[in-house]
Amino acid sequence: MGQYGIGQPIRRKEDARLLTGNGRYTDDVNLDGQAYVYFLRSPYAHAKINEIGLADALAASGVIAIYTSADLIADGVKPIPCEANAKSLKGVPLFKPPRHALAFERVRYAGEPVAMIIAETYNEARDASELIQIDYEELPAVADTSRLADADAPVVWDDLDSNVGLHWETQESAVSEAIFKTAYKTVELDLLNNRLVGNPMEPRCAVSHHDAQTGRTTLYAPSQGGRRVINAIAKDILNVPPQSLRMVSLDTGGGFGIRSKTYPELVLMVWAARKQPRALKWRADRGETFVSDAHGRDQSTKASAAFDKDGKILAVRNETIVNVGAYLSENGAILAMMGGGKIMGTAYDVPVLYFSVKSCFSNTVPTDTYRGAGRPEVNFIMERLIELGAEAFGISSIEMRKRNFIREFPYKTQMGCLIDSGDFPGTLDMTLEKGDYAGFEARKAESKARGKLRGIGIGYYVEGAGGRPFEEMRVRFEKDGKVKIFAGTFSHGQGHDTVYSQLLNEYLGVDASKVELIQGDSDTSPKGAVGTFGSRSSMMGGVAIKRASEAIVEKGKKIAGHLMQTEPTKVTFKDGVFHGGSSSVTLEEVARAAQDPSKLPEGLEGPLDESYYYERQGESQNFPNGCHLIEAEVDPDTGTVEIVKFTAIDDCGTVLNPLIVDGQVLGGIAQGIGQALVENTVFDNETGQLLTASFMDYGMPRASDFPMIGIYFNSVPSPTNDLGVKGAGEAGACGAPPALVHAALDALKGYGIRHIDMPLTPEKVWRAIQAAKSGKAA
Amino acid sequence: MDMSGEQRIPAPQQAVWDALFDPEVLKLCIPGCDSVEKVSDTQFTAKVVVAVGPVKAKFAGEVALEELNAPNNCTINGKGSGGIAGFGKGNAKVELSTEGNETILKYTANASVGGKLAQIGARLVDSTAKKLADEFFKRFVKLMTDRAAAGA
Repeated sequence: MGQYGIGQPIRRKEDARLLTGNGRYTDDVNLDGQAYVYFLRSPYAHAKINEIGLADALAASGVIAIYTSADLIADGVKPIPCEANAKSLKGVPLFKPPRHALAFERVRYAGEPVAMIIAETYNEARDASELIQIDYEELPAVADTSRLADADAPVVWDDLDSNVGLHWETQESAVSEAIFKTAYKTVELDLLNNRLVGNPMEPRCAVSHHDAQTGRTTLYAPSQGGRRVINAIAKDILNVPPQSLRMVSLDTGGGFGIRSKTYPELVLMVWAARKQPRALKWRADRGETFVSDAHGRDQSTKASAAFDKDGKILAVRNETIVNVGAYLSENGAILAMMGGGKIMGTAYDVPVLYFSVKSCFSNTVPTDTYRGAGRPEVNFIMERLIELGAEAFGISSIEMRKRNFIREFPYKTQMGCLIDSGDFPGTLDMTLEKGDYAGFEARKAESKARGKLRGIGIGYYVEGAGGRPFEEMRVRFEKDGKVKIFAGTFSHGQGHDTVYSQLLNEYLGVDASKVELIQGDSDTSPKGAVGTFGSRSSMMGGVAIKRASEAIVEKGKKIAGHLMQTEPTKVTFKDGVFHGGSSSVTLEEVARAAQDPSKLPEGLEGPLDESYYYERQGESQNFPNGCHLIEAEVDPDTGTVEIVKFTAIDDCGTVLNPLIVDGQVLGGIAQGIGQALVENTVFDNETGQLLTASFMDYGMPRASDFPMIGIYFNSVPSPTNDLGVKGAGEAGACGAPPALVHAALDALKGYGIRHIDMPLTPEKVWRAIQAAKSGKAA
Repeated sequence: MDMSGEQRIPAPQQAVWDALFDPEVLKLCIPGCDSVEKVSDTQFTAKVVVAVGPVKAKFAGEVALEELNAPNNCTINGKGSGGIAGFGKGNAKVELSTEGNETILKYTANASVGGKLAQIGARLVDSTAKKLADEFFKRFVKLMTDRAAAGA
């Protein structure tokens, strides 16, 4: 409805508060008498712990307690569970090694927490950690993703005879092999999808305290909706009633998937608070955040595509090694199949697919979902195969895409995803038009005059959004006229306060200033709360709010009928007003009446307070898709790649708020370009040491890396949810990387350079140019 | 990382050999050295403050001499723990020979670091190690030169 409802470019309600320093983050929480926590972490990537000597440290100034895994085990604290399940074709399940919150008997990655020190001050805790004497016996380490499955690689878990924790594959192996033998043309590629560190602006932080009177422990920590985390800590790890624990997430400075995990430090903060009479506080610095947050991506892939004589794809083979790190974080071992594999084929009709994933352990920080979680990886692979196919046939990649686009919906991917809608050729055409593809040659000539090599590249992506298939929302009208939304989704930058207010304005005519979003507290979030990840909040939370609003209207009609002395069935509702015959009553008045039992019809209780548990049908996700077009200039003397033109057309379904979707797309693009241009997590392959754990060595994308980006929509509303929305949060991270790499390779094609692994740093590009010049083209 | 080097020292080979394993000499020559103690003929312990880029730490280290062939060559193995800064370890092959009045000292060494040192200082380790080695030999050569002059 009107100017505050769905589709309007409303400025974010939360911005004034956040931009004027009035945000409240976990580090702003200071409790009376709090003691400070420091985690001693392993300096070795792989070592046996022979002995831990605590005597000197325990005697140090200010030390209150020091815990090691022996204390956890003596106290019956269980390892952190991994819910992910998958089996090989032969029925061998995913190997799930025990992950104790503090290293038990061995350390398996540099940065793994070994001891928890509690002291009067942070510095005393840190100083005491220096006095802990640990006799480590160093063991051979393995980090190099492409080598993890090799027979001679050091083995991380003795229970296995290799590092392969799961070999998951589809059945079509024989069929696709036969197709490849007889295909008109085939192409193949071998690439590494670089490991990324999420780096939310806010470092890791937690505050905890136990109230002896109520027997309840409260954990303050940034999250993406803490109910699942605190429930796992209660039920699976500490074995205490869930209601005895509470998790509160205040403002959270970035999530990107990695802030949704049940981390060892969170378990320890809760457990130790229950042992100590004092509140506890831990705040990591950036270096500690680098090793204590789950990392993203890190896949080594060999893929190939077979084409018929018309350039139509006959089959795709994809064999991927995923580096899951030393332990299983939540979804690290399955995201390549459940996130990526399911949409493999992406925008293209792939009639036969062989997809194999080896989830392999290594002596590195565990990996897990990070903005896109499996989808950027398969989109990158498909886009590269399409480009190589176009090259093999000597046609443009635009033509190659059009010959292979999915055109009829719903389309079932080989791994069973039902892509509901889209207009792939239309979106591509719109991109070429908005990005002035026709004018490229002139711009290229102009660049050349300046000594720069200009290239143009396309990245078409399809994303599967929605995450877990249920979510619950509660809408309650308060006595003071406010309308509270109790959410289990969790806005940590997405602007839910604004968008949910727009929904209430649309469906109930409520003024945005009256809406208050209550989130991030496991005590108030609805029972069916899941959280915010997988680009799901508008689809899952939004639909739940719509249906809770409908329940409010239904109940409101009964009250309005009673007030207007009209049959409720004859009451209608429009723009915040109930009408019955010639009378009318506003929702505000009805809400007020609902607070007063004397004004309610018999058998009805106030107030207006409705929850809706939304469970979507089966596996029906939604499928944001789009086309990103990048023009980049390469400096042939320095190898520097500069993005000079960027056009993004996205189909995010119905756009609830174009300003916010623009922001989501931009954020995704920034992280996608980060991966493609500068971000890289480097381990020493011999020692397993992480070599890039600060911003001195880990490149982050900066504003100066981007031109103004033209963002447009070609919206095809999703037919599978009430709002017609498709996720927007992870789109940019899928489309931007292939577009950038293709633009750079197009610029470099004069050298015969056909592939460079991300990130395209000046050094890598320069080396590729030098190698090509000396006749050793990549 | 690997490094190697050669130094000419104006002193007899035996004197150089003896000085190389003299705790007092080592304490004077190792930059940032707090103490060196001889545990046995082939074992030393040392405390050294080293700064690698932004990480400064006091290392408690053990040094063991192997494949001793006095006064010609040996292998030196060392490892040190720098507390929360992490650890460093390495080995060096040292070879002495005589050329006229001078002793030629050749060495090849490799070192690696772990923990915070690797995480935030890795790319500075090479230059730091070279700087430390240069400083060590500068002091060592001067000390031997002074001794030779005093003895002459």
